[in-house]
Amino acid sequence: MYKIVSKECLNPTVTRMNIEAPLIAKKAKAGQFIILRVTDDGERIPLTVAGTDPEKGTVEIIFQVVGATTLELNHKNEGEYISTFVGPLGKPTEIEGYKKVCVIGGGAGCAIALPVAKALHNIGAKVTSIVGFRNKDLVILEDDFKACSDEYVPMSDDGTYGTKGLVTDALEKLIDSGEQFDCVFCIGPLIMMKFVCQLTAKYNLKTICSMNPIMIDGTGMCGCCRVLVDGQMKFACVDGPDFDGHKIDFDSAMMRNTMYREFERKKYDEECNLFKKESTL
Amino acid sequence: MINMRPTKNPMPTQDPHKRAHNFKEVALGYDENTAIDEAKRCLNCKNPSCVKGCPVNINIPSFIAEVAKGEFEKAYQIIDKSSSLPAICGRVCPQEKQCEGQCIKLKVPVMENGKKVGNMEPVAIGRLERFVADYHREHASDVDRDITKKNHKVAIIGSGPSGLSCASDLAKMGYDCTIFEALHVAGGVLMYGIPEFRLPKDIVQYEINGLKKLGVHIVTDMVIGQVLSIDELMEKEGFEACFIGTGAGLPRFMNIPGENAKGVYSANEFLTRTNLMKAYKDDSKTPIEHAKNVAVVGGGNVAMDALRCALRLGAEHVYCVYRRSEEELPARKEEVEHAKEEGIIFHFLNNPVEIIEDKEGNMKTNPNYGCVKGLKCIKMELGEPDDSGRRRPVPIPGSEFVLDVDCVIMALGTSPNPLIKNTTKGIETNKHGCLIVNEETNETTKPHVFAGGDAVTGAATVILAMGAGKKAAKYIDEYLSSK
Repeated sequence: MYKIVSKECLNPTVTRMNIEAPLIAKKAKAGQFIILRVTDDGERIPLTVAGTDPEKGTVEIIFQVVGATTLELNHKNEGEYISTFVGPLGKPTEIEGYKKVCVIGGGAGCAIALPVAKALHNIGAKVTSIVGFRNKDLVILEDDFKACSDEYVPMSDDGTYGTKGLVTDALEKLIDSGEQFDCVFCIGPLIMMKFVCQLTAKYNLKTICSMNPIMIDGTGMCGCCRVLVDGQMKFACVDGPDFDGHKIDFDSAMMRNTMYREFERKKYDEECNLFKKESTL
Repeated sequence: MINMRPTKNPMPTQDPHKRAHNFKEVALGYDENTAIDEAKRCLNCKNPSCVKGCPVNINIPSFIAEVAKGEFEKAYQIIDKSSSLPAICGRVCPQEKQCEGQCIKLKVPVMENGKKVGNMEPVAIGRLERFVADYHREHASDVDRDITKKNHKVAIIGSGPSGLSCASDLAKMGYDCTIFEALHVAGGVLMYGIPEFRLPKDIVQYEINGLKKLGVHIVTDMVIGQVLSIDELMEKEGFEACFIGTGAGLPRFMNIPGENAKGVYSANEFLTRTNLMKAYKDDSKTPIEHAKNVAVVGGGNVAMDALRCALRLGAEHVYCVYRRSEEELPARKEEVEHAKEEGIIFHFLNNPVEIIEDKEGNMKTNPNYGCVKGLKCIKMELGEPDDSGRRRPVPIPGSEFVLDVDCVIMALGTSPNPLIKNTTKGIETNKHGCLIVNEETNETTKPHVFAGGDAVTGAATVILAMGAGKKAAKYIDEYLSSK
């Protein structure tokens, strides 16, 4: 059992938790993920490590409530326990050698982009962070990003936060204004990553994307998390989760992510009803 | 009195029509009288070849002699000297290729009216082993052991059959063993792979609890190589020897078009969702596709398990697509028979060439967009023998046809998991990714690190993995005693 040491709501659907897991806290690097189960009969879900505190022995996760399991997790409080917390899994993001980079985070993907931005900042790279949200109520991690970015470019769909527009608009503007990036790190919804890659391909600008497909074991055993990269089948859990964005088949990834949509919706509704019942008792 | 009946006592089973819709165990086991009757068929050979056929060399004639006398607990004590998991082996070993395949009875002719009409069936050693183990579990208290603790720590990586048997032998010798398991429960393939109806999970957990009683520590949620390296275990955590039993986890695919369609599974994924995550239960939080028509590609035990799980999850038609003929089918005979009885349809000499995806419209207009809607196969004929000695299947040009299915499960075998290799200096593998070991001692190319099971051999059987774990335990003991 793994203790929830702290819990904080970042926006109405995104929560930050610190989990007691000293061994993982010592080892996890930016870009790696963990797999958790909330209860003993729960499903296993992957979440990217948002940060670690090796001294306190805690691992930070940031998650958006999107399904039954994240909803269940969100109902757990500080001091309570979850059943499984295993990691660090996957390969760390390769950050060595970069001098000037652009880190792009979209929505809850910012939680995954942040540790990458931090790691790059810590090795002395100049970091430009472009973050995109639907509106200002959904903004997360603003101060954290500012702390590790040389330039912070906020964007929103409706213009209520930063500049109105998409992250691709901001990136194109920067490139056209003469900014020269060694690499773009892009983490967010698949559709956003797809369009960022389409843009950077035009400029022949190296782009790394972090994939978050459906997973079970996270050690290469089930083959569920397969993604097509350069026409080859890769397992995100052991070969990734980072891949060369220009080689990822995003359409097939988007399609695969909808595999259990109906089941997930049903379980989410059941979970909602369960909590409604509990709260009226 | 020796029972000269030529045939085995049949194994009582659940009715095929009923069991095709439930996950309860198929084979129900012998009762005491049947076990005694079957045991009396054993000729108690002076130089028993069955023992040589057993990868862990159980003293088969002596345990059977005790069964014949009705001394079931004594029989268990004999098996326990050689095997750590008899209730499991009695259920999943391919006995026809091992102990029973060597039984002298197979050479005894059956005569009718002075003419030879065939040979006798072997003694049902596997069924007797299962009976004895089940009897012990239901009746006897723990085995009394006189264990002198040795002050040496051994790390076992992976809690599948090889790790469990290695830990069991070492713990019985007095070593302080810790098993590290990546998943949230111990048991490896016995838990995530082999289905409940063939190997009830309570039995696996009973055997694992037995190990805990021997003092073996089991730590779950630990992916060695990622959270702690083997070097860290040995240099910082005080382990003096290490056994790697990480299995052959990585599933293979065919590299044909359509393998990324929705509704294509590796057998590992399909079985893990079903068995480990209990997706067959209505209240399970893990999703699985309840397809109407399912094709499983492959002909091994894993394929049989996937076929029979798909049927139990409610499929109407379940096809086994195998590129060779029935004769070459690598699965255990009993599983194939059971699958046939349950209504699995076998397509021998067929090889998939493409998985057909629904590409009508797009994701918004068509809810089935990207889902499997058929499996295109080509018919095969058998040509000259290949490297494996089996006749090579050759495609018949122009014989393609489409099997109407909405789910395809690939059961083509697995490769060893590269996590340990990638994170451990000094560990070498062959071109298939299998760990290289000294064949005599099972020591890897890294000193004091041993390995066994599928991680060394590639996908094989539970009992071979157990045999390897046992052998490694012997040499770990030899090394640590000489220290």
